[in-house]
Amino acid sequence: MTDLSLNGLATRPAQVWGGIRLVPLVRDEPIEDLRLASRLYDAGTGVVAVDRRTVYWSYIPHGFVATWTDDGTPAAAYGTQLRDAADDRAPAGMPLRFHRRMARRVDKNRLRFLPLHLALEGYLALHFGGPAIAWAEWSERALRQGLSPRVEEAYTGAAVRGLADALRVFEIHPGQCGVLVYASDALAAAFVVPHPDDYRALHTTLVHDLYGELIHHYAMYGRPVPEFRARVEAAAVRSLADLRAAARAQQDEWAAFHDEVMAGGLLGGDYTYEFVHELGPYRLSRLMPSFERQRDEHIGELIDDETGRLAYLKTFRLSENQVRRGHLLTRLAANDWRLSTTAAALGVAETELVRRIEAAGFGYLLRQDVRDHYRARLRRGGA
Amino acid sequence: MTRDETGADLIAAEDVLLFVNAAITATGQREFHSGADEQGLSLDFLHQYLLGNYRDLYAATLALDVNDHNAVLIARNLLVTASEATPAQRRGEGRLIARRLDLLPPQRVYGLFRDLRRARVNNRRTRAIIRDWMAARPDPAFDAVKYRSAVKDAVRHAHLAPGGELGPFLFAWGRPAAYTTPILETWRRAHYEKAALYDLPYTVAEGFAARHGVPRGAFLERIAPRLTRLERLRLQESAREHGAEAVRADLTTMPLTRLASYVLALPLEDRERRRAELTEALRAAARRTAGEQAGRWGTVAAVLDDSFSAYGSGQKRRRPLAVALACHFLMEALAADYTPLWLSGRADALTVRPYGPTPLGERILDGLELAPDRLVIVSDGWDNAPPGLAGEVLRIWRTRLDPARACDVVHLNPVYDAADFDVRRLAPTVPTAGIRDAENLVALVELAQFAEGRTGLPELRAHLARRVADFLREGPVTEVVTPPTREAS
Repeated sequence: MTDLSLNGLATRPAQVWGGIRLVPLVRDEPIEDLRLASRLYDAGTGVVAVDRRTVYWSYIPHGFVATWTDDGTPAAAYGTQLRDAADDRAPAGMPLRFHRRMARRVDKNRLRFLPLHLALEGYLALHFGGPAIAWAEWSERALRQGLSPRVEEAYTGAAVRGLADALRVFEIHPGQCGVLVYASDALAAAFVVPHPDDYRALHTTLVHDLYGELIHHYAMYGRPVPEFRARVEAAAVRSLADLRAAARAQQDEWAAFHDEVMAGGLLGGDYTYEFVHELGPYRLSRLMPSFERQRDEHIGELIDDETGRLAYLKTFRLSENQVRRGHLLTRLAANDWRLSTTAAALGVAETELVRRIEAAGFGYLLRQDVRDHYRARLRRGGA
Repeated sequence: MTRDETGADLIAAEDVLLFVNAAITATGQREFHSGADEQGLSLDFLHQYLLGNYRDLYAATLALDVNDHNAVLIARNLLVTASEATPAQRRGEGRLIARRLDLLPPQRVYGLFRDLRRARVNNRRTRAIIRDWMAARPDPAFDAVKYRSAVKDAVRHAHLAPGGELGPFLFAWGRPAAYTTPILETWRRAHYEKAALYDLPYTVAEGFAARHGVPRGAFLERIAPRLTRLERLRLQESAREHGAEAVRADLTTMPLTRLASYVLALPLEDRERRRAELTEALRAAARRTAGEQAGRWGTVAAVLDDSFSAYGSGQKRRRPLAVALACHFLMEALAADYTPLWLSGRADALTVRPYGPTPLGERILDGLELAPDRLVIVSDGWDNAPPGLAGEVLRIWRTRLDPARACDVVHLNPVYDAADFDVRRLAPTVPTAGIRDAENLVALVELAQFAEGRTGLPELRAHLARRVADFLREGPVTEVVTPPTREAS
C-alpha cells in the first residue's frame, strides 16, 4: 500500500477565521458511483436527490447519527460502512438513549456526527481488539471484551473556540469535496467525501465532530493565525498577462506549500492499514499511525479505489497522551500481548511496564492479583 | 497651541469619511461576518466619537445619504446632548433634524420620539421638534389610528394638546358613542363589524382580522386596495399562496434595490418563468434611476460579488447580492458598453444566487483586460481565493500598468465591517465607498473620485456646507424650527 495522499484532489486557498484555518480540497471530477447513503439524504437535508441509477455503492461515516432503527430511535453508525446502494438494512450501529429532556432538544432527523466521546472510544476499541493470546496475566474481562469503551478526552467542535463561526462563514468552493481543519496551524482533522453534494450536506456536521484536547487548547489559547496573502513582485510585471501569470503562480505555490509543509504531518506519516471491507472497486480501510511520540499522529478511516484515488477520508488528531497509550498498545500487540517480551523490547523492567499500563488507564486489563503482585514488588524496591 | 494643523486636519477628514461610509451601510443588524451586537456596539462607538470630537460635522452628515437607522441615531444623539452645544449650533442642528425627519418614514420618527421619551430627553428643542413635525403631518387622525400608542407617547412627552376628537380617542377611548371623523369612526366600528376593518390601514386591520377570525386569504383579497406600495410588494407572494390574487404589485414602479431583493427572494424556477416580466421591471427601474445620466458612462466593466457571503444574514437576507444585482441593471442603463463579471463566472444576472468563494483578484484582472473607461467593483471586500490578490492586482495596475489613470477603478462596499469601523477596503490606491441602495451609485462614484486624492478638511467642510445648504433649501420653508429667543440667550 502506498502512502496516504490526496489523489484526485486539488488544494485551494485557505480561509481563515480567528485561529481556525480551513483548507478546501476540490475534485475536478466528482465520484458518482459512491455516495452518502440515500437514507441520510432523505433525512431532510434539502439537497438534490441522488439519482438511483447512477449510484452503485454507498457509505455511512463512522459515528453518524440517524434514525436507522425501525422504531424511530436515533442510532450511531459504528465504524464507517461501505455497502450496496440498494441495501436497505440498518447498519451496524449503537442505539443512543437520551434522557427525555435531551431527546426533545435533539433534532433526530438532522445529519450529525455522534456528539459523544463514544465515537472515539469506538475507534480505539475497533483498532485494538484486546489480547489475542490468553496469557495468564490478562483479566477475564480483557479477554472476553477487549478494550471496553472508556472515557477519552475529546471535545465536540462546538467547544472548539471559533470553529463554529469559521465553518459558518466558510465559502464552499464549487466542486469542493473535502476540507482540512487547522487550529493554530495544527492539523485537527481531514475530511474528504466522494461528491460535492455529499460535502455540502456534511459541511456543517463538522461542528458536531470530535476534536482532541490538543486542538481544543490550541484554539482556546492560540492567537488568530495570519492569512497567507498573495504577494506579487511589481518590478517583474510589464503587462496584464504577466500579472495573471504571477497570480496563477501564487496559487500553485500555496498548494505546493500546503501539501508539503502544512499537511506534511498527515501525508508524510507512517501508517498501517487494516482492510475492513471491499465492495466493487472500493476498499474501506482503517488507518493506524506509527504512534511515534512528539509528532502529529492521526487515526482515521478511508475509502479508495483500485487506481488509488481517495474517495473518503476522515481523520482524528490524537493528543500526546493518546499517542502514548497507543504506543503502549501497539508494543503489546507486536509482542503478542506478553508482558515479559514487551518489557524487554521496550528496555524496561516488567514492574515498570505494568506501572505504565496502569498509568495509561489500562489497569483493568490485568488480573487484580497480578497488579497487586507487581505493585508489591515495586514497593519493595525490587525489579 | 503648536499643533500640527494639517496632520490633525487630515485625521479629521478621514474620520468623517469613515463615519459617512459607516452611516451609509451599517444598520445595526446582523451581517454575514458579525453579529447584531458587534455591529451595534461598533456603530455606537463611531457615533459617540464623532459627536464628541466634531459636533458640527456630525450634524452636517444628516444632509448626506446616510441611511434611516443612522439618521435617527444622529438626531437622537444630538438631542440628548443638546446642552453641550452652543446656541448657534443648536439652531443649525434643529433645522437639520427637522428637515431630515420630514424625509424619514413616519414609523421611524415615532420610534425616535419614543426613544427620546425612554431616554428622558425632554428639552425645549425636543418638544419643539416633535410639535412641529406632528403639526406638519397631513392626516393626524390617520396617524393616530395607525401608530396609536406611539402618537400617544409623543403627545404626552411633548405636552401637546391634540385637536378635535383625537384627545378622547387617544386617552379615553370608548367614551364617545360615535366619532365624527370618518377614520376614527371606522376604527370604532371595526371592533364589532367585520366589514369596517377593510377601510383601515393594513397593519391595524390585520389585528382586527385576527380578532374576528377572518381567514387570511379572504382578508388579503379585500384589504388589497388599502395596501401601501411596499406592503404590496412584500405580501404579493404569500398572498398568492393564500389565493388572494388581488394583491398585485406593479413591479415597474418599485425602487430598484427593493425590486432586486424581491427578485432574489423568488425561487429559481419562478425567476425563469417570469424572466421577461422581471427583467423588464428591473430595466425600467434602472432607467428611471439613471435619469439623464443614461448612456453617458462610456465603456464600463463591473465585478459583481455573488460569493456565499453575499447572502448577508437572516436579518438582511441577500442584501449585498441585491445591491450588486441592482447595480448591475443600473450600470447597464448608465453605460454605453457594459460587461458584467460575476465572481461565480455566471453570465445570467437574473438567476444569480450566493454561492462559492470570492476570487476577486482574478475577476478584476478579467475586467482590466477589457480596457474599460471605468471599472466598478461591488463586493463586501472579503477577498479569499487567494486572499489579498485583489489588492496586489490593483496596486500593480495603478503603479506599473496604468499610472496615467486611463481607467477609473471604484470599489463600492455594501457591508459595514464592525471590527474595522469602516467598510473593508481592497487597496489604498482604489477609493472605497459604502453603498446602501444602488440608487446612490452615481453620486457615490463621483464622490469616490473626489476622495481619491486625499481630501483636506477645508475642502470637506466646504463640500458639507454646500450639501447642507442644498439639503435645507430643498425642503418647504415652513418646516424650519424657530427657537424662542429666550433659549438663544
